[in-house]
Amino acid sequence: MTETYKYPSAEGKFGEFGGTYVAESLINTLEELKVSYKEAQQDPGFQKEFDYLMREYVGRENPLFYAQRLTEKLGGAKIYLKREDLNHTGAHKINNAVGQGLLTKYMGKTKIIAETGAGQHGVATATIAALLGLECKIFMGAKDAARQELNVFRMELLGAEVVKVEQGTATLKDAVNETMRYWVQHMEDTHYVLGSVLGPHPFPQIVRDFQSIISKEAKAQILKKEGRLPDKVVACIGGGSNAMGMFYNFIEDKDVELIGVEAAGSGIDSGKVAAAINRGSVGIAHGAKMHMLQDESGQLQGTHSISAGLDYPGIGPEHSFLFKTKRASYEYATDEEALNAFQELSRTEGIIPALESSHAIAHVMKIAPELPKDEIIIVSLSGRGDKDVEMVKAELEARK
Amino acid sequence: MTKTRISEMFNKLKETDDKAFIAYMMAGDGGLDKLPYQIKTLEEAGVDLIEIGIPFSDPAADGPVIQRAGIRALNEHVSLRAILKKLTEIKSDINVPYVLMTYYNPVFHYGLETFAEDAAAANVSGLIVPDVPLEEEPELKNALAGTGLAIIRLATLTTTDERLANLVDGAEGFIYAVTVNGVTGKRTGYSEEVYENLARIKEQSNVPVCAGFGITSAEAAETLGEHCDGVIVGSQIVEMFHQKEEKDIKNLIPKKHGERVK
Repeated sequence: MTETYKYPSAEGKFGEFGGTYVAESLINTLEELKVSYKEAQQDPGFQKEFDYLMREYVGRENPLFYAQRLTEKLGGAKIYLKREDLNHTGAHKINNAVGQGLLTKYMGKTKIIAETGAGQHGVATATIAALLGLECKIFMGAKDAARQELNVFRMELLGAEVVKVEQGTATLKDAVNETMRYWVQHMEDTHYVLGSVLGPHPFPQIVRDFQSIISKEAKAQILKKEGRLPDKVVACIGGGSNAMGMFYNFIEDKDVELIGVEAAGSGIDSGKVAAAINRGSVGIAHGAKMHMLQDESGQLQGTHSISAGLDYPGIGPEHSFLFKTKRASYEYATDEEALNAFQELSRTEGIIPALESSHAIAHVMKIAPELPKDEIIIVSLSGRGDKDVEMVKAELEARK
Repeated sequence: MTKTRISEMFNKLKETDDKAFIAYMMAGDGGLDKLPYQIKTLEEAGVDLIEIGIPFSDPAADGPVIQRAGIRALNEHVSLRAILKKLTEIKSDINVPYVLMTYYNPVFHYGLETFAEDAAAANVSGLIVPDVPLEEEPELKNALAGTGLAIIRLATLTTTDERLANLVDGAEGFIYAVTVNGVTGKRTGYSEEVYENLARIKEQSNVPVCAGFGITSAEAAETLGEHCDGVIVGSQIVEMFHQKEEKDIKNLIPKKHGERVK
């Protein structure tokens, strides 16, 4: 029934995916990170501190909420929401930021850097930097910074320096490159808090492990509430950290269907998408082999999604592996469907979801009505929608 | 065997106790039609080997100058395929060995086997792939087996002795020593540590060791050259082409086949 899932390999591979595609100058530091992380994992003191902050600072465990009105309205499967939106700073991103913040101290480093797209991971990193007394620099595409002024201010308020990246397309992928470049030159005292299950080994593993608390809690909670495992687990996917966290502890339970939901932007065939698996192919960038959106000569392509947090051309290598081995399936939802789900959850449950999470809700709204009433779906409500309210208002007014 | 051109070049320099001057240029910067002219210019300036840069959308190991050159080339819609086609057309006019410096994805996306054939047909002597360290090399190495293309490995000042032993074992062409821990671009001065580490790498390596990253003058090239088998100049040359100052490239070269210019 179950078989042991042991990935990545010692070389950082998830099957053919992942790996360490980085400049020679980073190899020593990644090696150091690998060793330190392994030590930290086996150190009860480290685990204790992580658990303490998860409980007392982040506010875990967060609820697995039965969305009764949404369930009844859709008329099919029972829908549970894993409430990552109730975490401190309002999203799942803080789980990883706390873990890597502690790891930074464990390694004896005093500074952290991070990339950010919309600003969520930047805010989470700046938050943990403040809490742990670490110096913090956040790299953000200049275009993103202009679009997310309030988050830039938030990070500054928390004591971080925001570096606006003008290179390339001045968006998230360029912020990733620039953070890497900075890191190479400051490795001695600086740790790079990578924000998703991306990048060279051991990052995809580290981020997944810290995020796996989502499914660890959800599994125990559903067993307590329903006395059985769910039939389906659904999460939105940009780089894929909340989905990996939501899937991880269910991977060995073969009867639990794992569904990732990518951003189909203006329409899956519109060319304006952020759907690396549904519309991309295998390539190598940002340190790993993974699915990504690229043109006919292997250049990364620009992406589009209404949700900034999904607006990234690649997908974590472990997702590529789960897709290739058919352990997980990857669906998609458009901007319109996400906007619709955003409003629907607000009205039926009094919960305003992040636009990212709205993609997962949108997919659930598609499949739940067709499913029998005794089926159970858990959906990761990865973040709250306060940050998106202004934009949604503008989008809805434009449609009137 | 195309890669033998690299060792022939080094052997010839050795006879006159000279050091190699290796120039990096970005293919397609200014349009692909400029490539024959750029290569000719470098050749006439006295360059011993040319690194032909392939533009990539996400050049994580490059500084601002080469990043911008890459974007200019991409705006000209220059692809690896078009570059290899052009090189195949003009290969008989090129009198120095040349290698490609490329991120892995354009090569991977090309199809490794097809790439190996096309690159060999274009008389390319080797490849420098900054995002393929030793750990990830086997896939590429298998594809290139029998083509005569060298995989030129990078070593850094902080590369441990243990790792260095693995790096030099089976090294081809030359070892590309990164003299400054960082990305490509301008730097000032080198420390004793740089020289000591170059000596350490040279001692272990059975292929020539060339040092790159950060050279902007003939003086710097000469000083660094004394501690290795050759120097690599990139950003400065890219910028000179861009500013239409390519006639000055020869002033970066501290010697010409044994005869000191200065």
